[in-house]
Amino acid sequence: MKTKSILICGVGGQGILTASDLLSDVLQLAGFQVKKSEVHGMSQRGGDVISTVRYGDQVFSPLPALRETDYILAFEKLEALRNINYLRENGIVLVNDFEWPPLPVAAGFEKYPLDVVEQLRLLAGEVVLIPATRLAGELGNEKASNVILIGLLASRMEIDKKLWLDVIRKKVPPKFIDLNLMAFESGFQFKP
Amino acid sequence: MAKELLSGNEAIARGAYEAGVTFASAYPGTPSTEILENIIRYRDVIHAQWGANEKTAMEEALGASFTGARALVAMKHVGLNVAADPLFSASYIGATGALIIISADDPGMHSSQNEQDNRHYAVAAKIPVLEPADSQEAKDMVLEAVKISETFDTPVLIRMTTRTSHSRSAVELGERQVPPVPEYKSDFFKRNLLPGNARKRHAAVEERLKKLAVFSDSFSYNTISKGKERIGVLASGVSYQYGREVFPDAWFLKLALPYPFPVNLFRRFAAMVDKIYVLEENDPIIETFARLAAPQKEIIGKGVFPLLGEMSQDVVRASLGLKDMTPRHSGAGVPGRPPSLCAGCPHTAFFFNLGVLKVQSRGDIGCYSLGALRPLSAMDTCVDMGASITVQLGIEKALEKAGKSIPQVAVIGDSTFFHSGITGLVDVIYNQGKSTVVILDNSITAMTGHQENPGSGKTLMGQAARPIDIVKLVRDGLGLEHTNEVDGYDVKAIRELLKREMLRAEPSVIVIRRPCVLLYRKAKWSPMRVDKEKCTSCKVCLRLGCPAISSDADGKALINETLCTGCGVCAQSCGFQAIRFVDEKGLHINSTSLAAYAGGGR
Repeated sequence: MKTKSILICGVGGQGILTASDLLSDVLQLAGFQVKKSEVHGMSQRGGDVISTVRYGDQVFSPLPALRETDYILAFEKLEALRNINYLRENGIVLVNDFEWPPLPVAAGFEKYPLDVVEQLRLLAGEVVLIPATRLAGELGNEKASNVILIGLLASRMEIDKKLWLDVIRKKVPPKFIDLNLMAFESGFQFKP
Repeated sequence: MAKELLSGNEAIARGAYEAGVTFASAYPGTPSTEILENIIRYRDVIHAQWGANEKTAMEEALGASFTGARALVAMKHVGLNVAADPLFSASYIGATGALIIISADDPGMHSSQNEQDNRHYAVAAKIPVLEPADSQEAKDMVLEAVKISETFDTPVLIRMTTRTSHSRSAVELGERQVPPVPEYKSDFFKRNLLPGNARKRHAAVEERLKKLAVFSDSFSYNTISKGKERIGVLASGVSYQYGREVFPDAWFLKLALPYPFPVNLFRRFAAMVDKIYVLEENDPIIETFARLAAPQKEIIGKGVFPLLGEMSQDVVRASLGLKDMTPRHSGAGVPGRPPSLCAGCPHTAFFFNLGVLKVQSRGDIGCYSLGALRPLSAMDTCVDMGASITVQLGIEKALEKAGKSIPQVAVIGDSTFFHSGITGLVDVIYNQGKSTVVILDNSITAMTGHQENPGSGKTLMGQAARPIDIVKLVRDGLGLEHTNEVDGYDVKAIRELLKREMLRAEPSVIVIRRPCVLLYRKAKWSPMRVDKEKCTSCKVCLRLGCPAISSDADGKALINETLCTGCGVCAQSCGFQAIRFVDEKGLHINSTSLAAYAGGGR
């Protein structure tokens, strides 16, 4: 199988590394060779964060190439646009319908673009908008939005659903398992 | 054995466990920090500790090696500059028990003030360097390094990079080797580097290098793989992976032990191909050796590939004109998202006050380096750990000689002060500096993700430690009369102290105390809210750079109550009493007693 790439992006503190860990564990369990890269340190303090996962029969680079990424999973709208150049022709963008104005916007130096989704649609094969933060809030914890997004991604990938559920049960602390299983299901069943 | 997905840093920790390492030390620094944080998973068999800085950590590991114990010390690339002094001595002394030095370099400067290629240190200190290409190799290289170290009586450097440290790939787990039983046996001629002894040791080092060069030719991780075309790729570290993406039909010589360079192996490889691409991050180290070994060969290296930044398959392709890198989206209209101080950060009030007083600080390395970014924009120098205090003293003395002076304040964090700020402050006191030093004491090493430090009250292994009190250290230890203490959330008190101490014609210190807000997270603090009637849209509160504050459609201040911790700094900065607690009788973070705080990140 040709190597595939997934880019997960958002704002430091949104649970991006947890999501990419979960994803790479599932892919490894599904029998793929997996490589994952992540960002630590300074940028985690409210900066933009990306984590990339590549999988296939034999994977060399942990980084995706520009215009060769199959899926972008964005935890925040602007971050999808920031990373859109990684997406391949007709690639898929799954994006949390959630705006988190960066500090330069909040402080009035710059403007948050009003047409993020329209711009994404011009460059992507498909854009799916999911109100993951709101849905997670309805489940009782906004922090579970990352697993809702993973659920949505899972619904677009041909991997046995049981593997996802197994990894969630194994990875998540016992008292949060039910919440995360519900979050996954909510993303998996989501119809735009 | 089982395979697990591990980051390079986790793999190093696992390698230390399997190799029978029993002593590990480090000073935290991105991208190296998680090595020690993962080693404590094996705390029943490995003693692990944070050093005050990389130099102390390295010397402690060397001492452990003296007993025959296998020792590992980890640091980021610039940390090895601090530890360079013991590194060069350790090379002469050699290793009784293995001495493994991990340097995590940061090509691309994701979290650093420079990008330096620490393989230069291996060449300069005349010790071998290993360069893993993925997590499996990161683990394997620790095991190999232990063998090399004990066989050749040498410290061994392992060069990680951000990408090898912070990417995950499958690692096969193995059993732990039985470590040697430590015992201290005196070895005066090896370990006491008086000139008479050191001269003999230098001769031994040169002999050792020759033997290591022979070993490098036969080292099983320096491998040639056959290709279909007469094109060769010489690569080390993660660059090998990028090469495999771009040149599927080439011959490869992958060097896991780039120095000493395997000259004979390279010549055999060079004979199979017509031209050779050299892929390595930052400086042309293996390229230089390759050119010396085969001067007639066509070698394509840093003349084409960049010296700056990280490599990637895209960088390789773009350098060779194989890929059009024109972006489909120009990035126009996408505002940046720079990192910022957190909502409730106890450093905010200090930097806000500098803005009010129109003073630029001499800065240092830590979360508070973010005080340089807008809207706070209150730090105009940031050099290296500890340099805030010393650079400021130099400025002061140079101006003083010309009969000038400027109001000055140096800012440094608690961990950085312990690391290398104390000696600078000694210089200030000794040389009668008049400038003010502000120590932002949040009782933890925050930027790298909350590592314990000598002020935290806890060790890396989770044991209670008597916290070193910075105020006492400065006032009673160094005898500095004008040592002040103030709460990080008290905007007005900080401003008054700054005004007073900056004018003082004697050395002074202000310790601004308040634990990192992220350490408080468990409690349910009342957030703040804006009274829209009272808000005049003056935007003073936006100058705090607090991520919880923005403005609404009418230009009035708006507080995100999910992010807000209720530190109250914005309420104090507001001239119109427009910001109040949502719950005036609720739990307020800024009225918790500082003394009640127990400290410690874990």
